[in-house]
Amino acid sequence: MTERLRASQVVPDGVLVEQSTRASHAALAIGIVLVAFAATLPLWGESSWMREFVEIACYFIFAMMWNLLAGYGGMVSIGQQAFFGFGGYVMLALGNFGGVNPFVAIPIAALAAALIAAPVSWIAFRLQGGYFAIGTWVIAEVFRLSFANVSAVGGGSGTSLTALRGIERATRESVTFWMALACVVAAIALVYLFLRSKQGLALLAIRDNEVAAESQGIPVQRVKFAVYVVAAFGAGLAGALYFVGNLRISPDAAFSVNWSAFAIFMVVIGGIGRIEGPIVGALIFWALNKFFSDYGSWYLMGLGLLAIVVTIYFKQGLWGWAQQRWGWVLFPTQRTLR
Amino acid sequence: MPLLETSGLEAFYGDAQALFGIDFHLDAGELVAIIGANGAGKSTFLKSLTGLVQAPRDAIRFDGEPIGGLPPGDIVKRGIALVPEGRRLFPSLSVDENLLMGANAKRPGPWNLQRLYAMFPILEQKRDEPATALSGGQQQMVAIGRALMSNPTVLLCDELSLGLAPIVIREIYAAMPNITAEGMTVVIVEQDVATAQQFSQRVYCFQEGRVSLHGRSDTLTREQISAAYFGM
Amino acid sequence: MLETIIQGLLLGGLYCLFALGQSLMFGVMRLTNTAQGDFIVLGAFGAIALASLVALHPALITIMLLPVAFGVGYVLQRHVLNATLGHDPLPSLVVTFGLAIVIQNALLEVFSADPRSLDSDGLNTASLTIGADFAVGVLPLVIFTVALAATAALQWLFTRTALGRSFRAVSDDREIAELMGLNAKQVYALATGIAFMLILVAGVLQAMRTTVSPSDGPLLLLFAFEAVIIGGMGSFWGTFVGAMVLGITQQIGFRIDPGWGIWFGHLVFLAVLVVRPQGLFPKTRG
Repeated sequence: MTERLRASQVVPDGVLVEQSTRASHAALAIGIVLVAFAATLPLWGESSWMREFVEIACYFIFAMMWNLLAGYGGMVSIGQQAFFGFGGYVMLALGNFGGVNPFVAIPIAALAAALIAAPVSWIAFRLQGGYFAIGTWVIAEVFRLSFANVSAVGGGSGTSLTALRGIERATRESVTFWMALACVVAAIALVYLFLRSKQGLALLAIRDNEVAAESQGIPVQRVKFAVYVVAAFGAGLAGALYFVGNLRISPDAAFSVNWSAFAIFMVVIGGIGRIEGPIVGALIFWALNKFFSDYGSWYLMGLGLLAIVVTIYFKQGLWGWAQQRWGWVLFPTQRTLR
Repeated sequence: MPLLETSGLEAFYGDAQALFGIDFHLDAGELVAIIGANGAGKSTFLKSLTGLVQAPRDAIRFDGEPIGGLPPGDIVKRGIALVPEGRRLFPSLSVDENLLMGANAKRPGPWNLQRLYAMFPILEQKRDEPATALSGGQQQMVAIGRALMSNPTVLLCDELSLGLAPIVIREIYAAMPNITAEGMTVVIVEQDVATAQQFSQRVYCFQEGRVSLHGRSDTLTREQISAAYFGM
Repeated sequence: MLETIIQGLLLGGLYCLFALGQSLMFGVMRLTNTAQGDFIVLGAFGAIALASLVALHPALITIMLLPVAFGVGYVLQRHVLNATLGHDPLPSLVVTFGLAIVIQNALLEVFSADPRSLDSDGLNTASLTIGADFAVGVLPLVIFTVALAATAALQWLFTRTALGRSFRAVSDDREIAELMGLNAKQVYALATGIAFMLILVAGVLQAMRTTVSPSDGPLLLLFAFEAVIIGGMGSFWGTFVGAMVLGITQQIGFRIDPGWGIWFGHLVFLAVLVVRPQGLFPKTRG
């Protein structure tokens, strides 16, 4: 009798490959309930809550994609804002000049960001480590300066998203909110499924030991390229979404390095290399923003100091520390061999 | 009292245990060999002696003093120098500079640049070249010289013959009498059993992190050694 | 055209000073200091603050602050940055990034966002006439000379002194360097101390040449970084040449259109990255 064995079953006799824990099943159920509940927000919530959610959603998606790139792909970049801003501008161009519904333009813009990531990676991959990081920043600066020279989109001072002018405000805010919710769910699902796939395992192998992975036949460069493109897609998605919510774009806002800074802080505080990390980091970041952003420079200084302290003393981020201490795992991407 | 001794030395690489209780002693002026297959723990043992691998304080005693776990800089200043496995010369430094690096510990003694260049004349010819541009055998000479420059009382040599042709190995070991002339105590780690037996007074055989055989080099038989080497 | 090139060379002198500290820190301990630009601005503001207290010539102010700069760099490396070193570039990147944010905002709080400059005693307007009808500013010439001297001094330090030997040794193989009795943590701290002295000089000269404001840091970092990459990592003269190339490129860009100078520099940087990623004068390791 012949059986086609799935990849996850090809293990020695008597060894079970567990992929889910009971806690993660519970978390999935809770997640579904939360999303369903959140989807009703426009019916009873204030419009400011919806706006805040959209903003935090963008921060979170951007951070999660940064996390994928750095924590899993091993590529630390401070230039992902290039794709964030690119996504925003493509969405705006499609909306203002192409007559495309901006909400529909969001995923298209994300795709555009993914496409432009290909030639960008060709340049960026020539650098390694810390210099790769700064190199990506230079590239983002080139994007910024280039768009600042395009008068059709307002040059250095930017322009407004006119395509949504005709829609009633409450409707617009509700649809934006649902779009944001959908993007958050899609981003989490995308990253989660990607990491559980064969490519995801390859990624973990590469992260642990690139040379060993290469000798096992894993096409390291191709996998890294794939991760870079996926991360760019996510960044573009976040950017397009952000500027649908913001209605106004400018090169300085779109391509600001602060995006990368916030993503880094969220991920470092929440824990790099873990899916739950960016969620925890985004929540902490949102809370800090809510209570302290009035303090302006002092708030930012505090953020900087917090990141420094967490990096030195809590090397795995606060979530990672909790994981070690109490063994919590919400999103299982490790396979436990028993 | 032995110059250098270990009792029940255990060593770990992370969670993996590499040494399971090594008892070893070295008397002043001796040349002792450690043999064993790859992964037997020979290099780990030398690294523990020099502080590159953590060890319990009392597990290693040098001249009666417990030195386990001390930083490598402390240990070299006390007089134990290592010729590392694979040479590990500094690529950005010339031959001369690599040797000078060894003198960083500044102990008094007979070894200096002139004496080294007299022992290995080819190095003087190449003194300003980047050290890693030399041939394998010449690099080994530099590595030995670098260790000698600190004027140690104990010289630990990790796999001097690694990757070298037999004629070069003979050339390197031909310098041994010069090195031990003033009573230098030497430990050589070797995979080449014949060389080990030829130059040493005593031999330890390591097998999977334990001492599987120990005795005088001139009395151990080939059968005994094979059995201990391969753990049969 | 000749004038553009000469202006470019002189500008390159400043960029070289921005970059030397970064080149040093990366060369010795593979640490990417993303706060490089912000520390330069900090140095500039430090000098400006001191100058407002004691009316002295900028050169004296610099000399007074040099030991302070060394101390700051030493302590920072010893007690903060040493903990971030290792195979993973992320910790040092995040910590220096955090430092950049802290410095920028601290300066903002103390000095406000207004651009300031350092009184150069007329140096920034003085000029020297060369040839028939060609004049160069004295200050740019001074900056260029300082850059040349600094590069030569660093090169000499690295190749001809025991300290330089220990820098190269710990950079090559930290473990074996420690086996030789070197205290790597101490060596790293000395390197950063020296780097910060260079940073101070760069900051003072920048403040004399033009104005500085708390948010200038990131751009200066990018210039420093581009100079290092174009020139090739591991070589101080390479950094010098890279800075020259960057300066000239920017000047050509400025000539064509005032808004294009920096953008031009970025493009040339990317072009070098594509065509010759190891830079113009890379140091080859054995």
